[in-house]
Amino acid sequence: MSKSNFTRRGLLKTSAVAGAGLALPTYLRAQEGGFTNAPDGDTVTLGFNVPQSGPYADEGADELRAYELAVEHLNGGGDGGMMQTFSSDALQGNGIMGKKVEFVTGDTQTKSDAARASAKSMIEKDGAIMITGGSSSGVAVAVQALCQEAGIIFMAGLTHSNDTTGKDKKANGFRHFFNSWMSGAALAPVLAGEYGKDRKAYHLTADYNWGYTTEDAMRKETEAMGWETVNAVKTPLTQTDFSSYIAPVLQSGADVLILNHYGGNMVNSLTNAVQFGLREKTVNGKQFEIIVPLYSELMARGAGKNISGILGSQNWDWKLENEKGDRYKGTNAFVQSFGEKYGFPPSQAAQTCYVQTLLYADAVERAGSFNPCAVVEALEGYEFDGLGNGPTLYRAADHQCFKDVVVVRGKENPENEFDLVEIVEVTPAEKVTYEPDIPEFEGTLGECNPGA
Amino acid sequence: MLGLTKKDFALLLVVTALALFAPFILNPFPEGSGMAQFNAGYPDLMQRFAIFGIFAIGFNILFGLTGYLSFGHAAFLGVGSYAAIWMMKLLTDNILPAMLLSVVIAGLFSLVVGYISLRRSGIYFAILTLAFAQMSYALAYSVLTPITGGETGLQLKLNDPRILDAALAPGERANANLFGLDMTASHELYFGAWQFTFNAGYYIAAACLILAFYLSIRIFRSPFGMMLRAIKSNNTRMTYTGLNARPYALAAFVISGMYAGLAGGLMVAMDTQVGPERMFWTASGEVVLMTILGGAGTLIGPVLGSGVIKYMENIISKINGSILHEWFSWMPDGLEDALVTLIYPFVGKGWHLTLGIVFMLVVIFLPGGLVEGGQRIGRMFRRNGGASRAAKDIAEQRNPAE
Repeated sequence: MSKSNFTRRGLLKTSAVAGAGLALPTYLRAQEGGFTNAPDGDTVTLGFNVPQSGPYADEGADELRAYELAVEHLNGGGDGGMMQTFSSDALQGNGIMGKKVEFVTGDTQTKSDAARASAKSMIEKDGAIMITGGSSSGVAVAVQALCQEAGIIFMAGLTHSNDTTGKDKKANGFRHFFNSWMSGAALAPVLAGEYGKDRKAYHLTADYNWGYTTEDAMRKETEAMGWETVNAVKTPLTQTDFSSYIAPVLQSGADVLILNHYGGNMVNSLTNAVQFGLREKTVNGKQFEIIVPLYSELMARGAGKNISGILGSQNWDWKLENEKGDRYKGTNAFVQSFGEKYGFPPSQAAQTCYVQTLLYADAVERAGSFNPCAVVEALEGYEFDGLGNGPTLYRAADHQCFKDVVVVRGKENPENEFDLVEIVEVTPAEKVTYEPDIPEFEGTLGECNPGA
Repeated sequence: MLGLTKKDFALLLVVTALALFAPFILNPFPEGSGMAQFNAGYPDLMQRFAIFGIFAIGFNILFGLTGYLSFGHAAFLGVGSYAAIWMMKLLTDNILPAMLLSVVIAGLFSLVVGYISLRRSGIYFAILTLAFAQMSYALAYSVLTPITGGETGLQLKLNDPRILDAALAPGERANANLFGLDMTASHELYFGAWQFTFNAGYYIAAACLILAFYLSIRIFRSPFGMMLRAIKSNNTRMTYTGLNARPYALAAFVISGMYAGLAGGLMVAMDTQVGPERMFWTASGEVVLMTILGGAGTLIGPVLGSGVIKYMENIISKINGSILHEWFSWMPDGLEDALVTLIYPFVGKGWHLTLGIVFMLVVIFLPGGLVEGGQRIGRMFRRNGGASRAAKDIAEQRNPAE
């Protein structure tokens, strides 16, 4: 088999291989700065990983708008939005640490695998230094774990399940949005005031993690104030017609229905419940009531006038500063610049994403480094104000923000499609604060990972 | 060589070369250039190419040879993944036992599903497998939450038992490894403006792909493979000659289930997390698309098909409006906007639309998939008596359709 023919092609091939071999040591380059994707040019790349298709595509679109606005403001464009009201003045409008902010976008499809693939390509291909986004807790938990492994900071977008900063918390992950536990704690006193302390509740719960933690939180809080839980029924996530689940509610002797549903589930179950005339019923001598623990403007729009009079909780509302005063400053500044750019007020998903981006940029500036460990240190235990939620604390023990929770009710006569809810009360932060080590939130934060 | 004919061996060599040099082949554009958008040579996507290649090769053994269309193959991939992650949580972070168990468990599961489903054929078989897969998905999503982690799925945790491994030092994380070789370890080679990444995990997946491909050639060329083709061409006649075809079909089903399990195990080895949507019916549909797009019944077709689909999913889907505007910014304003509006529905989240169009075109004009396209092009360049030879090639590569 030893036949050596010198051909032009063979020679070229051999020399190319030899050349590559010789070039190898010369072009070996370690990551500068000792952490993953250390920005080396005059730009820095952020990764916005949101659902652009699937059940939460509307929320994803609104999140993306907020991110683009945040990047514009960080780079000194527009009116600066909440950067004018933010209690920290580290951000100058010249990018982050003088580097122009660029971004890449990806579609999570509301699937953990797709979300991780998208986040990985941002990290491995586009060199993103921070990943943010998400409209579902499963995705948030999956991407947060990935960022922990890769040594990237994860700033969670809309994710409400306890697990994100509970059982699945990670040192490189941070959540500004509130959670199921906080919803329960914020709603309970309002419910006691509105509907009394002697009620019989019936739960319909979406059959997945977020549903479980929300039902758990609502049961615990309502039972503590004297309500009785008659029954709790799990409904499949793919269910679109809830009639067969609503009918037994009437026979159960319950006088409150709690819908632990979100998105399309909630729109459908609420519509069914209202069509069955539950809200006109009187049971045990009391008016029948319906409660939706987690509200969202987009869901309210979907449910139309069925939403009127229904209580629920929100992380933030665009009318907050106008109605509840200066404590929530930043709200109007944000609503104004968002409205000017897009022509309608932002949703709570948009607000939490915008704020998370600013908080990350601010933490980098204050730390003086993009190193994830320095950023983690700057964010842990950080107290800030002027971002629309009032004084807020990023707790060091679990990387969860503690701030006031808004309790809202569907308006009886909405003036337009963006003004569907009225603010009933704002439950102060100390009422919704819990110890980081209670059983619902058991988990290990681990240590920050700067990657390679 | 290796028990292969010269031609098959050449094909194996081509696949091996493609797999080994993938970091070069997939990164043809220099970093920072406008075309860098189309580079696919980063570890995660290369791993996906290899993993879904294995998945599709396995699926092709069932669908391409016996003609049984399973619409539930993602279930085996998912089961394999869950088995692998539990192995890594309980036993050791080494990926070998995890992958072994994932193949075994997926094999057992496919034995049960196959035993029941293969009592029917045609559309009823497809529906039965689909039902099993959706059942597994629903179980993993909610009912079996304590085992599967429900919607959130499972990941490695610091406090997992890992009885064979030494306790983690403070600050240390549990990483998937092969006897200490970290799956995420990468070696970067800079060559002027070009950047090539050699990732440990990818090369392990590629080794599995080559092995899987070799096995598939052997199965295709064996008497057993002939028997499977007989099932496809005329099952009734087989029965009349006194042969019981079902054990053969079941064996093919289990083998392809084990391939899916291996793919699932590799997915966990490369990226230590599992979620139930891996078993959703769309994932089962995807592997059918991959096989048909590449060419069902051909050896290399499924690998090509999975590559095309994964490339579109990961690269086309990331082109957004602002990137399009950047590309066409040299044009006059009106024209630029018009062109962007025209192209926008087909990129970004519209990649499904592009895939659909490509799939339609392939099915209508190249019923034999991309492989047939390649052969037609080859025939055009091989004028001298090529026509008859090419026809023979096709006959060798593809099974006669019924």
